[in-house]
Amino acid sequence: MLGLSLREVSAALKQGQVSPMELCQKCLSLIKETKFLNAYITVAEEKALKQAEESEKRYEKGQALGVLDGIPVAVKDNFSTAGIETTCASSMLKGYIPPYNATVVQKLLDQGAVLLGKTNLDEFAMGSGSTDGIFGPVRNPWSYSKQYREKRKQSHHRADEDSNWLITGGSSGGSAAAVSAFTCFAALGSDTGGSTRNPAALCGLVGLKPTYGLVSRYGLIPLVNSMDVPGILTRCVDDAAIVLGVLAGHDPKDSTTTQDPVGPFILPILRDVSKLCIGIPKEYNVPELSSEMQAFWSKAADLFASKGAKVVEVSLPHTSYSIVCYHVLCTAEVASNMARFDGLEYGHRCNVNVSTEAMYAATRREGFNDVVRGRILSGNFFLLRENYDDYFVKAQKVRRLIANDFVKVFNSGVDVLLTPTTLSDAVPYLEFIKEDNRTRSAQDDIFTQSVNMAGLPAVNVPMALSSQGLPVGLQLIGRAFSDQQLLTVAKWFEEQVQFPVIQLQELVDNCPTFSQHEKLGLVSLKRNLSKTKDWRYYGESKRKKLGPCRTNTFSQIKIKTNFTSHFGF
Amino acid sequence: MAAPILRCARPGRCWSLDYRPRRSRALFAEPVPGRVRGQSSAAAQEPRPGAHEWAAVVGLEIHAQISSNSKLFSGSQVTFLAPPNSLVSFFDASLPGTLPVLNRRCVEAAVMTGLALNCTVNKKSLFDRKHYFYADLPAGYQITQQRLPIAVNGSLTYSLGVGAQWSPSATKTVRIKQIQLEQDSGKSLHDDTRSQTLIDLNRAGVGLMEVVMEPDMSCGNEAATAVRELQLILRALGTSQANMAEGQLRVDANVSVHHPGEPLGVRTEVKNLNSIRFLAKAIDYEIQRQIEELQNGGKILNETRAFDEKLGCTVSMRDKEGKQDYRFMPEPNLPPLILYDAESLPVAADPQQVVNIDWIRERLPELPSVTRGRLVEQYGILPEHSFVLLNEDGLLEFFQTVMKETRAEPKKVIGWILTIFLGYLKQRNLAVSESPLSPSSLAELLNLLDSKVISLPAAKQVFEELWQNQGKTPGQIIREKKLELLQNQEELEEICQAVLAKHPQQVMAVKNGNQKVVNKLIGIVRRATGGRADPGRIKQILEKQLQ
Repeated sequence: MLGLSLREVSAALKQGQVSPMELCQKCLSLIKETKFLNAYITVAEEKALKQAEESEKRYEKGQALGVLDGIPVAVKDNFSTAGIETTCASSMLKGYIPPYNATVVQKLLDQGAVLLGKTNLDEFAMGSGSTDGIFGPVRNPWSYSKQYREKRKQSHHRADEDSNWLITGGSSGGSAAAVSAFTCFAALGSDTGGSTRNPAALCGLVGLKPTYGLVSRYGLIPLVNSMDVPGILTRCVDDAAIVLGVLAGHDPKDSTTTQDPVGPFILPILRDVSKLCIGIPKEYNVPELSSEMQAFWSKAADLFASKGAKVVEVSLPHTSYSIVCYHVLCTAEVASNMARFDGLEYGHRCNVNVSTEAMYAATRREGFNDVVRGRILSGNFFLLRENYDDYFVKAQKVRRLIANDFVKVFNSGVDVLLTPTTLSDAVPYLEFIKEDNRTRSAQDDIFTQSVNMAGLPAVNVPMALSSQGLPVGLQLIGRAFSDQQLLTVAKWFEEQVQFPVIQLQELVDNCPTFSQHEKLGLVSLKRNLSKTKDWRYYGESKRKKLGPCRTNTFSQIKIKTNFTSHFGF
Repeated sequence: MAAPILRCARPGRCWSLDYRPRRSRALFAEPVPGRVRGQSSAAAQEPRPGAHEWAAVVGLEIHAQISSNSKLFSGSQVTFLAPPNSLVSFFDASLPGTLPVLNRRCVEAAVMTGLALNCTVNKKSLFDRKHYFYADLPAGYQITQQRLPIAVNGSLTYSLGVGAQWSPSATKTVRIKQIQLEQDSGKSLHDDTRSQTLIDLNRAGVGLMEVVMEPDMSCGNEAATAVRELQLILRALGTSQANMAEGQLRVDANVSVHHPGEPLGVRTEVKNLNSIRFLAKAIDYEIQRQIEELQNGGKILNETRAFDEKLGCTVSMRDKEGKQDYRFMPEPNLPPLILYDAESLPVAADPQQVVNIDWIRERLPELPSVTRGRLVEQYGILPEHSFVLLNEDGLLEFFQTVMKETRAEPKKVIGWILTIFLGYLKQRNLAVSESPLSPSSLAELLNLLDSKVISLPAAKQVFEELWQNQGKTPGQIIREKKLELLQNQEELEEICQAVLAKHPQQVMAVKNGNQKVVNKLIGIVRRATGGRADPGRIKQILEKQLQ
């Protein structure tokens, strides 16, 4: 049941195969059992149950609010939630309970969605690993998947060695882990430089960064206002489209949202891709890209070509400047946005009371981690009168060049760009923390960042498992406000590649639905890997019904309470 | 001993030390005294011609609170004197995740003000963040318009020397550099005994128009007159209540001095100017201070100084150690502000979502300068009278109401209002709105005077009574006090006869050719009638009887 798609679980709720309360309780107990993933910062159990109860009443009266009524969702802990602590994984906001809901949160609730809790992240969303928050790192559920463990066994690693757990990517790692581990059906992330797409790629999820201005930022605690977009993490493209349909549209509280009508985001089934032109930006073929990832990328391109799409190499010449440009613009806005955290109106306040200035200094020193403080410092440096033209103004010009690169490519007839999302599959935590946050962020956002500079829609679509048994995703980038078209192509791609479902041991043991899926998934995976040369193999009718989100079985999953012990916790 | 007077010499704007008596500026709403503190020894020494000449340069930055129901970027109400922190939205308190939404009314007010000040209204303007840490600035930055403000390159014309000195040549113009929209800050209340600061965010986020005036002024009087004219314009437009005492109009003055023909001097910024009178006083003090400082071989620091009302001097604020860098940055949450005119207005535009400059231009109310011209034209009054009528809050309305209800000549009415009525108010330190005398009462009184029901002295007596006995009409007072003029010719002749009989010596004197004594006899008759007789008629009768 927990592995169903939104449409399926919605149908199950309507047909009474499961009640909102049952669904909510199942998710809540799974959250408890997967606590070691550290996906959630706050679990709003009482509130969630109350929402589920209300939803149940609505279903009983036949007055369901919408497609999300009764469906458990999770929200990254940098979206304001009325009455629920919102921390941004920072000491600065520990204990801060917003008095209002972010527009996107309100829209989910208005649809009857059940908000389970707030998910973990890097402090103030500054990071690419979900490792740098005060609540500790998030663990990638794939660390505990059968697929990964078996591969490790084959390569003579000890399967149970626990120190090798993997990062989720970030900064929306908590949301990614929550969806990936089936604790909720969809989650909100935020995406400033790749923070939704990156963890989606590493956790085998669909991660959508909508066009800037399509979805309201009101209530999203900002990282970079001019690049932030609420992101959507789901297990399939259709689910992302459904959530986007709920969230998209003008918000009078966010002046940067479009005033044009949007949606509906109902995705047609694309049968013919021959009119499609796929661009492959040559500058994305960087030396740091793992050879395996590169291989998947070119196979994906071949797949499009083999189905009749026009695949062309294109150039985005200013790509290499995007990291440094982003560094300046991001830190400048961070310096500005973080100025409000002074301990006066809300949030952490130190005990120093010598003077207002001393209080500010101590509050901010105590409240922010090194990463945040470092960015504030750089940002203020770039904004100094004598530096402004040399850094900020230049960076803005470069940003314009980067955005123009995309415009030119799309004007040349390209419909969608196909790129890798990450340099490689997920790395172990111990590996990841060898480099500092800045280095990591600079490396990991390389394929995702420029999209934010240009405000374009982009989506990570999981493609296959790597040789390590870990998810690999590719990024599709569309024209501004062509989110629907982008998702339609993404859906076609998803259908073609049949990404396998994660096999979490316990779920396999206890759930016939999952075991069936996973067995099939595993079979298909093995076949995929053995046939990696022949991408035309994908998309044949045989496996079309075996996708992770497509099942007709609504039998309930019984999850043993000792779920965690199987993972050595 | 006469104190030295700092004088604003009109041609060439040169400053000198002068011992002339203080020029009366009683006709100003807030009189601008030219007096400054005692002169220092150096400055008092024998002046060589020219060597002593200093020119002062004064520029102003004026913050006018926009008269609007809600704040510039939030829906919070704008009200003066509400309980602390009762008008604070999540945005005003800078709760994380909140975003600014521009108030259309504030934009319209700025456009209207820009047009009234002959500005070019920018069809595209931008918002910026100005950063500094202060407890009453919750976000750590103020949203303002640094790069591209809403209106630029305007001018304001004002007239100096109202009254005896009035002449067309006293009309001056100050250039308006720009008008920018920005947020107001909250208020900090420092409790030094408990070493606490209390913050009230009611004002945080209220819309301000910052009007930047170029340094085209040269003394406190000019600055004060320009600000007063701006105040009148803002009130006529309804874009700001512009009440300085309530902080709706705040003025910072940039002041420097130099020798004519030499480069401009180092300037200081004078803050805390919360009345027009103090504005003039502070500027003149600061000019004098700078002159003396330089003449004593000192240097002027580029600093911020506050005006101390009690001491009547400016003092260094010393709060900005080192240079303040505001780290300006574009406000990313607000798209460029686009304004339209009749030509550029999109056909299908939602009227709620666009601001049309031409539409506002067509609806500009009458500006003070036009009102003055109209008054001079319509009533035949002197231009300087029109200034006084406008300068005194509520006086124009008072005058116009009186004019509507009286047959008296405008010139007579203006005389009564400007000398008697205004004199009473000033003596008692009252505003027109606080006058116990209604315009209708005055109109009635002037009608009675005009139709010779009462004499002028009687009318003044009735005026006095009206001031003290509220609720009574002039007619009632006249009846009660028997102040009507004696209309009965026989009765008047009898009284005159009796007076002549009682004063044979004076009669003799007149008969001997001393005509002045007639006036004395008129006075005696008037006293005998209790002031109720028309002196002209008495004179006629007496002259007849004396022949």
